[in-house]
Amino acid sequence: MSTTTKARGAGYDVAKVRGDFPILSRSVHGKPLVYLDNAASAQKPQAVIEAERRVYEECYANVHRGVHELSMRATDAYEAARVTAQRFLGAASAKEIVFTRGTTEAVNLVASSYGRKHIEAGDEILITGLEHHSNIVPWQLLCEEKGARLRVVPITDAGEVPLEAIEATLSPRTRLVSVAHISNALGTLLPVKRIGELAHARGIPIFVDAAQSVPRMPVNVQDLDCDFLAFSGHKAYGPTGIGVLYGRAELLRAMPPYQGGGDMILSVSFEKTTYNDIPYKFEAGTPNIAGAIALGAALDYLTHLGLEHIAAYEDALLAYGTEQLGELPGLTLVGTAREKAGVLSFVLDGIHPHDIGTVLDYEGIAIRTGHHCAQPVMDRLGIPATARASLGLYNTRQELDALVAGIGKVQEMFK
Amino acid sequence: MSSELRELYQEVILDHSKRPRNLREIVGGCKADGVNPLCGDKATVYLALDGDVVKDASFVGRGCSISTASASMMTEILKGKTRAEVEALFERFHALITGDPSRPGTGGAELGKLAVFSGVCEFPVRVKCASLPWHTMKAALAGAGEEVSTE
Repeated sequence: MSTTTKARGAGYDVAKVRGDFPILSRSVHGKPLVYLDNAASAQKPQAVIEAERRVYEECYANVHRGVHELSMRATDAYEAARVTAQRFLGAASAKEIVFTRGTTEAVNLVASSYGRKHIEAGDEILITGLEHHSNIVPWQLLCEEKGARLRVVPITDAGEVPLEAIEATLSPRTRLVSVAHISNALGTLLPVKRIGELAHARGIPIFVDAAQSVPRMPVNVQDLDCDFLAFSGHKAYGPTGIGVLYGRAELLRAMPPYQGGGDMILSVSFEKTTYNDIPYKFEAGTPNIAGAIALGAALDYLTHLGLEHIAAYEDALLAYGTEQLGELPGLTLVGTAREKAGVLSFVLDGIHPHDIGTVLDYEGIAIRTGHHCAQPVMDRLGIPATARASLGLYNTRQELDALVAGIGKVQEMFK
Repeated sequence: MSSELRELYQEVILDHSKRPRNLREIVGGCKADGVNPLCGDKATVYLALDGDVVKDASFVGRGCSISTASASMMTEILKGKTRAEVEALFERFHALITGDPSRPGTGGAELGKLAVFSGVCEFPVRVKCASLPWHTMKAALAGAGEEVSTE
């Protein structure tokens, strides 16, 4: 990102931030933990752990149900988390915030509800070659059911998605565009605002998979002018099993429910059921109450640190890591897009990523190895797998130095 | 280096992973494809049988050091074995890498050189790396011809 945001990150106190995460003080195989698997899932600050504990110790009951004190307090806290998410994403209304289990469920919700209503035989859904399996498979299921077609925008060798390629793949039959904001496998930052403009110029809505971007940069749905956007709590330093789907109110209102059950209805009889208003229409059953409240705490934590500061800090760290790893003989960085965030994917000559991961683990270094739930990306680049170090707001240059030293040990062992 | 790591990556394993034996196709025999969906590794195992006896065994495709060494050493040890001996060896090898004491032959005497894979059982996520060539070989032996998955 720009040099101005870098300058603003100068005052970022990473030592203090690290102190907020209890797990970072533990060791693994006798070595200090170096956690570089943040794109898979991030660790939790004390504020999130405390928030979840407090729900169960102080104000737990089912929401939207009871007239008793605890139910009212739990409902207030649950709905306050929704408002936190609304403000965090810059949404116009809290009604546009649907709590889901995570990004995957959000994609499935839109594919199932919006897709079933609006996609017909011969229609096309456009995704990119960078997508995570969760932004591929739900659309494939929909296409199979409807006789529609999934169109994939090809990526370059560097892992970029040129706007011209998007334009070339859009067609008169395109009914929905669904793209990652940041590629989980390569770290490519996609120009989703520009992609949205191209889609909107043709009257096509855009869904943004923001699972990787929400934890590491400011994301504003009105600025991006997207129609749907989703992220997962656990990658944003919050709990597992909770996530957010943002949808423009008029789109959500026109969509049929996703699942049927309690809380998503106004009245039920065997003849006719009247559905509740948005967002409740999409939240059947007792939700992840404590998870949503603790997610609110995670978003507050990120806001408190400042997403711009986090972005600037992580960008500087990524630049440092890119430089350090780039100098290592026998190492090739995979994914060299000009606009990148948070991810250092690489391969070593003659050494399989699995072996890299196992040896680094014994150095206390947690990275991810494999296809990163993005097999088409690997196929496109002609490799079975990569080793991936992904950054979080608590990582340091010293930890990247430890990674470099660890890679040296791997190379020594398999030379 | 930690002792578990040294157990896993024994010299023999490193040697076979760097210089795999029988890395070639066999024309006219039976074969099967195997895949480990967790890491995307793929292997094709070829067998040439003479009646009930394995005359030749080979593989193509490379994965991590554990799966490559496992395939390499497996193709060496299979030659000259009968179908029944191969089946028994499969069972013993599987018991060895999963550290399953309830299965026969965990002691490893009959396993010969394959005993170097005993360290794998300390690394549950790597068991499938070692077993992929063996599952694939079993499929080739059965003549199933379908792709085998470790999942």
